[in-house]
Amino acid sequence: MEGRDRPYLVLFVLPALVFFAAFFLLPMARLVAVGGSGPGGAAATYAAIIATPRYFRSLVSSLVLSLLVTGATLLIAGIAGLFLQRHRFPGRSLLVAMLTFPLAFPGVVVGFMVIMLAGRQGVIGELFALGTGQKVVFAYSMAGLFVGYLYFSIPRVILTIMAAAEKLDASLEEAARSLGARPWHVVRDVLIPALRPAIFSSGAICFATSMGAFGTAFTLATEIEVLPMTIYTEFTLRANIAVAAALSIVLGVITWAGLALARTAAGSTVVASA
Amino acid sequence: MPRRSRAFAFQLAFTVLVSAFLIVPVGMSITAGLTANYFQGVKSGLTLRWVGEVWRLYRETIFLSMTIAGTCLALDLALGVPAAYVLVRRQSRLTRLFEEALVLPVAIPGLATALALILTYGVYREFRTSWVFILVGHVLFTLPFMVRSVLAVLSSIDLRTLEESARSLGASFIQRFVGVVLPNCRGGILAGALMVVTLSIGEFNMTWMLHTPLTRTLPVGLADSYASMRLEIGSAYTIVFFVMIIPLLVAMQLLARPRQHAAAEEPES
Amino acid sequence: MSSAGVGIRLVGCAKTFADGTRAVEPIDLEIRAGETVAVLGPSGCGKTTTLRLIAGLEAPDPGGRVLFGDVDVTDLPIERRNVGMVFQSYALFPNMTVSENIAYGLRVRRLPAAAQRERVDEMLAMMQIGELRHRRIDQLSGGQKQRVALARALAVRPRALLLDEPLTALDAKLREGLRVEIDTLLRRLGMTTVYVTHDQAEAMALGDRIVVMSHGRVAQIGGPRDIYFAPASRFVADFVGTMNSLQGTSRDGALEVTGGRLPWRGQSSGEVEVLFRPESVTLVESAEGSLTGRVLSSFFLGDRTRLVVEGVGRAPIIVETAASREFKAGESVYLKIDPHALLVLDR
Repeated sequence: MEGRDRPYLVLFVLPALVFFAAFFLLPMARLVAVGGSGPGGAAATYAAIIATPRYFRSLVSSLVLSLLVTGATLLIAGIAGLFLQRHRFPGRSLLVAMLTFPLAFPGVVVGFMVIMLAGRQGVIGELFALGTGQKVVFAYSMAGLFVGYLYFSIPRVILTIMAAAEKLDASLEEAARSLGARPWHVVRDVLIPALRPAIFSSGAICFATSMGAFGTAFTLATEIEVLPMTIYTEFTLRANIAVAAALSIVLGVITWAGLALARTAAGSTVVASA
Repeated sequence: MPRRSRAFAFQLAFTVLVSAFLIVPVGMSITAGLTANYFQGVKSGLTLRWVGEVWRLYRETIFLSMTIAGTCLALDLALGVPAAYVLVRRQSRLTRLFEEALVLPVAIPGLATALALILTYGVYREFRTSWVFILVGHVLFTLPFMVRSVLAVLSSIDLRTLEESARSLGASFIQRFVGVVLPNCRGGILAGALMVVTLSIGEFNMTWMLHTPLTRTLPVGLADSYASMRLEIGSAYTIVFFVMIIPLLVAMQLLARPRQHAAAEEPES
Repeated sequence: MSSAGVGIRLVGCAKTFADGTRAVEPIDLEIRAGETVAVLGPSGCGKTTTLRLIAGLEAPDPGGRVLFGDVDVTDLPIERRNVGMVFQSYALFPNMTVSENIAYGLRVRRLPAAAQRERVDEMLAMMQIGELRHRRIDQLSGGQKQRVALARALAVRPRALLLDEPLTALDAKLREGLRVEIDTLLRRLGMTTVYVTHDQAEAMALGDRIVVMSHGRVAQIGGPRDIYFAPASRFVADFVGTMNSLQGTSRDGALEVTGGRLPWRGQSSGEVEVLFRPESVTLVESAEGSLTGRVLSSFFLGDRTRLVVEGVGRAPIIVETAASREFKAGESVYLKIDPHALLVLDR
């Protein structure tokens, strides 16, 4: 009986297949081809990424920034997420809503939020001025970018941590406490090992998202060079199509690898978007 | 237990600080969009003037975003729901490969996907300068979410038995699909739809590369206003964005909760 | 290894949870040093909550006090009470091996590594699980996990051992075997032990005294024999073992029931309900001065036969006899009930 359905099944999957092949597979192939089409061929173009200080610097900046953001986010979201999942108190749902609302913001809006916080009239700057007499404006520097990346990463990771914390076995903690473990011991010996898959997978997503983020850097503009911005300027302002393509491939491979890593840790398909 | 409540107080303060970090700028921008003069603050009076300006300057971006989101949804439904069904029915290496591949446009940066599209189809001027070009990128990006949402629901029910009983009663393939499969994945379709629309309205990375001055979506307009307009207009524009997505987010939250409750209350049979 | 442990007292301890449920009404409990007390009751009766109050995982409502020996430990959280606790799910740390689990309490107390190793060896030997030293937790069977959990709790030389339904998760055969082992161990250690269970056979076997609980209140405290032969209430009588009941009219030193008259020296007259255990009934040959009934069904249990007999009273009664012959359904039987075994209890 199964066989009789086959033509229908093929018909059902064909549109998606055709669409995908035409508008993704084909263009990707072209991208790879263009990436290898610069003077000197593929090897030279990809080698130029390492050799040219500007490209290499932007790659390294992206990597370092993403790693720092991942570490900071895991720490911050870990503390806040665990706290919210394990305690019930009036106002808790409000806090959770506030922390997860920015999930839907595109990178541009996040950039704007950073300007609100740390731009020329930013609230952080004003507070600093009240305290030290000196206004602090850091929205348009690496620090501002860091804050922006933190801004869209925290909601994501908090949700994952909270979901994982919900499944924690309370009796393990009680057992540790019955053996004399102080709160810090419980965190180190019971909680973190139990949350390791979630920490790993959400960390990998955070890394991949930060690597590929464009809108935030674009809004905060000026001279910050992260990889997506470099790709953008090479393509639109300098018409270095081959380099732009090659850099895109490199970036794509890095983010894809990060997410594949997250998937093996979490055991299911995960997605990142920013 | 004083030591315990000290730890509680610290964690609470920390969490509130983090929430403030995220929400205060939102509040600030909402205020900025509604006050006459940002530098003077609320004292200068509340006004809808800036919102009016946004409407005057960027009206077409709002319409375009809604058009693209709606069309994107329609395409995702047409392409994704049948594909999800096939993925549930046929679980082979090929279908798993397809499922993996579908996620690629989400795994790699939108910038790369957009670049690839431009390199391949940029020659066709009609296509390149129409909003359909942007639509294609959006469909690529949102399709996996629709497929996964429907897939999740279909995998959780005993589809095989349902279909076999329908077959035993004489139903043809189409009758089965329309009468048995579709009604049973309503929840997944709805959740997927909300997700798709929210993602499409907020998509920027791809759209910025794919747009032209005549095809600007809301986020593209936002970027423009942040760069070239005064703070109040950018803020008012952001308010418009919030107004569009908040109902969607709330709807998604509400949809998620009753399903959890329903699953818990299901009678043993 | 033997340690006397500490005496435990609960004074006026009640527990109300955040959502308003009253899990435990104010109770007073005194456990002597070295004693094993079984807390018995159906699910929801408050026995686990009581254990957690003793452990320090829950704090009693204001006014309640928990004392270890002469020291008021009410405000001490569990990590400072030095108790050994075994959980129903064992709660072994999945990221550690067996010996790391056992050593955990010692590690937290910063015992030097050599001393830790020595104590772990001692525990492994005592529980006879030396070969499991380096195993991971997910490779252990239920019975093995049980032993590791016990070893871990005892390794820190606790003042008291608290067990929360430790055998419930195991199958019947294993449960019986482990019950004997635990009993031997507890007797050897002479440690103050509180053992929570809903299995009355377990409570009777292990407890020096039994605390029967129902709806957050203590229904009766006593040794196994007191609980069994002199239950204080209908609930205790029904919960521990099987109880038959007969309703009849009291007249002239006898109780008149459907199946005849049985001698009874009770005070009251008029309608009375008496309770008795299945083993207090004897099957006799003749109908002279005995009760008559009909066999409804019979169960041959190997060492004895259990009969469900109707017609003696309004409801069928359960009779246990050592007679090894076969009983047919509908067969008439003649019974005598030991008058000393008849109880009258209010609900």
